[in-house]
Amino acid sequence: MTRLFAALALLMTTTVATQAAEVTTFTLDNGMEVVVIEDHRAPVVVHMVWYKVGSADEPEGTSGIAHFLEHLLFKGTDVLAPGEFSATVAANGGSDNAFTSYDYTAYFQRIAADRLELMMQMESNRMNNLAITAEDVATERDVILEERNQRTENSAGALANEQFRAAQFQNHRYGVPIIGWKHEMEQLDMADALDFYDLYYSPNNAVLVVAGDVNPDEVRDLAEAYYGVIPAEDQLPERIRPEEPPHRAERRITYTDPRVSQPYLIRSYLAPERDPGAQQEAAALVYLAELLGGSSFTSDLGQALQFDTQTAVYTNASYQASSLDDTTFNLAIVPAEGITLSQAEAAMDAVIAEFMTAEIDPARIDSIRTQLRASEVYALDDVSGLARRYGAALTQSLTIADVQAWPDILQSVTEDDIKSVAEKIFNRDSAVTGWVVSNQEEAR
Amino acid sequence: MRRILIALCLMVGGTTAWAEIDIQEVTSAGGINAWVVEEPSIPFIALEIRFRGSASLDLPGKRGATNLMMGLLEEGAGDMTAQEFQTAREALAASFGFRAFDDTLSISAEFLTENQDEALALLGQALIAPTFTQDALDRVRAQVLVGIAGDEKDPDTIASATFDAAAFGDHPYGSAIDGTVESLNALTREDLVTAHQNALTRDRLVVSVVGDVTADQVGPMLDTLLGALPAEGPALPDDVAFGLEGGITVVDYDTPQSVAYFGHAGIKRDDADFFAAYIINHVLGAGGFESRLMNEVREKRGLTYGIGTYLVPKFHAEMILGTVASSNATIGEAIAVTRDEWRRMAEEGMTAQELEVAKTYLTGEYPLRFDGNSEIAKIMAGMQMIDLPPSYVVNRNDFINAVTLDDINRVAAELLRPDDLHFVVVGKPEGLESTQ
Repeated sequence: MTRLFAALALLMTTTVATQAAEVTTFTLDNGMEVVVIEDHRAPVVVHMVWYKVGSADEPEGTSGIAHFLEHLLFKGTDVLAPGEFSATVAANGGSDNAFTSYDYTAYFQRIAADRLELMMQMESNRMNNLAITAEDVATERDVILEERNQRTENSAGALANEQFRAAQFQNHRYGVPIIGWKHEMEQLDMADALDFYDLYYSPNNAVLVVAGDVNPDEVRDLAEAYYGVIPAEDQLPERIRPEEPPHRAERRITYTDPRVSQPYLIRSYLAPERDPGAQQEAAALVYLAELLGGSSFTSDLGQALQFDTQTAVYTNASYQASSLDDTTFNLAIVPAEGITLSQAEAAMDAVIAEFMTAEIDPARIDSIRTQLRASEVYALDDVSGLARRYGAALTQSLTIADVQAWPDILQSVTEDDIKSVAEKIFNRDSAVTGWVVSNQEEAR
Repeated sequence: MRRILIALCLMVGGTTAWAEIDIQEVTSAGGINAWVVEEPSIPFIALEIRFRGSASLDLPGKRGATNLMMGLLEEGAGDMTAQEFQTAREALAASFGFRAFDDTLSISAEFLTENQDEALALLGQALIAPTFTQDALDRVRAQVLVGIAGDEKDPDTIASATFDAAAFGDHPYGSAIDGTVESLNALTREDLVTAHQNALTRDRLVVSVVGDVTADQVGPMLDTLLGALPAEGPALPDDVAFGLEGGITVVDYDTPQSVAYFGHAGIKRDDADFFAAYIINHVLGAGGFESRLMNEVREKRGLTYGIGTYLVPKFHAEMILGTVASSNATIGEAIAVTRDEWRRMAEEGMTAQELEVAKTYLTGEYPLRFDGNSEIAKIMAGMQMIDLPPSYVVNRNDFINAVTLDDINRVAAELLRPDDLHFVVVGKPEGLESTQ
């Protein structure tokens, strides 16, 4: 489905970087960063422009405006009629789309490599020359409301997640859904969209990523010709967002919805993310997630709850390392038949307690290290994935050096690193525990 | 060994770029055929194995057996428990996928060149010597039951399941491959052993291998991996007629947005008019933002986030299907517009310009699909499943370009029958009621 927005996992599951691909970077005079990734196996290019603005940068009361604006960018400019952008891409045998997350908004095309100039011509045009009508705004607002219906209102699990995140983040806008709260989406108007656009869509707030069968010098010439002539935005504010205060009390939520087919529980803890020059804790958390709940066969939760006992039919631990601000470490359990949520939660907490006191099997750490190293080999086969890796990192405050150091940092994680980061994050005062049930009877 | 050097021609707006995919056809000493593409630049190998038949071979009363069997292949094999098997796989950093579909079993593997022998030996154990222990059976069955319970409350799945049941009745296409709570709970270890023997047979096997490997290595590799499988499987089911008449079926469900799943009988993949139908479907509803339905239902009216149509030529039946979701208050209008567009294309066809734009897109997009070892392996396996030759990769765009406007308008009138459209609507749709 198009105009997708990147909910949690979509873009950030592949967070490991590679050094084997030929990567060239430079900055245009107006401040626009450029990353060129060469892959000459096929005459194809991926052209992406990432803006360093996402839903967590929205003004209060206008939740969803970042994503709504992303939709409106396909409507028209001073020289492109509504729909002409995508139609032109298609008429050249390519495909295009865009996505919005908490920290970024990105537009991309995938097309024959000799069409790169046309893509740059159109994408640079819509950076500054959007021309939309009141009718465009009204119709497209109906579309995003139907999108919210489809993704969220029609899904008990998605509604529950929205409640959990709202409880997890007490001050930061990571607690507000990317697509927006429905009552605020209904009020979004042209002025909201254009104010956001005029301020944030500018070359000094953007990253260009070009990946595929291209030559860096040619990309530089084209980028200077099309993007380099756009003036920098001198009013661009420094990107400072509200931080979380110290969390002083555990939060517990029960979400009840008759559309829930199977009770389950989640627990999320506030956790550090990859920071520029300081990615060690995030790397250790990648291991912690794997060790606790990466594989239902070999992880601690899987072994204890699905093999040694029949407490759960599903267990998982996950961690989003890529984020501009504090992120979360998440656990999820689907209890087996006859097991209550209280029993499942107690079993989960017993596994965490056991993990904190027991030694970690060195063979498990070696296995995870091997898999992370191999994932770099597999990643080379997916040039679009490499492009997303750089685009996401650079819009989340990391540097090229951070991206390229990340695989080695992952390889260097020790048992002590894992234990000490676990000690730090497993603080129930910063956690949300959520039960998802179809009726009160199940909430026990 | 036959070798066919295939130059993928990427032609866009008068300019041409070339990419070469060198497909080699290999037959092992044991008689297993495979398509191989050598791509030594990255040190790993993608392997795609498929078997015709799959869940359509479920025996009477044993619905769900093939799907559950596939879920159990990674849950213990040879002298290894499930955990020992997975520990070994993780240590090799190999990935194995085992999936069952209506007509196709798919086994997808990716493994590093440096430990390919160990990875293949491990995969071979899963394919040849799965243990199907009772505890694994119970564990995976519980997981499938959770999935079935979820399907029963998911509007999209309720819609497609209702449609399939009405269209195909007792034929395997009429029910979900997961089985029912009842059929699943009745399955025994014996049933899984039988499903394994019936579904993984060499007479219905296709293989493709792409990556850091030479064609010479592939034959011995496949004999070791697959040579011990049974030679033949039981008969496939008969073809089945699409048995649903035009109309509307409303399934009452308390949710804010109604989901509609719709369609009627379609066209066979080997029909001479398939490519005309393919282009018609693209312009009508499969072409994303460029499609008429997306334009009318979403862009002009804001009635939905997405609408799409699909040609679905299965092995034993063929359909043209679509999906759309809209608020309970507006789904009626979305359906009316959809039916009108169906009729407009059937009666008026498309313009020469629409055909030209569609051809440019479809021929330009085709080479972009070949963008990774696994993708190429999957495309080649899919081609073999429907008996296409390697040269199809070269000729496919010619088939698209050969379609004339006359073909389009003739086939549109035959293919699209607005009065035969049946809509299954799940939700609380305002102003819609089931027809008789």
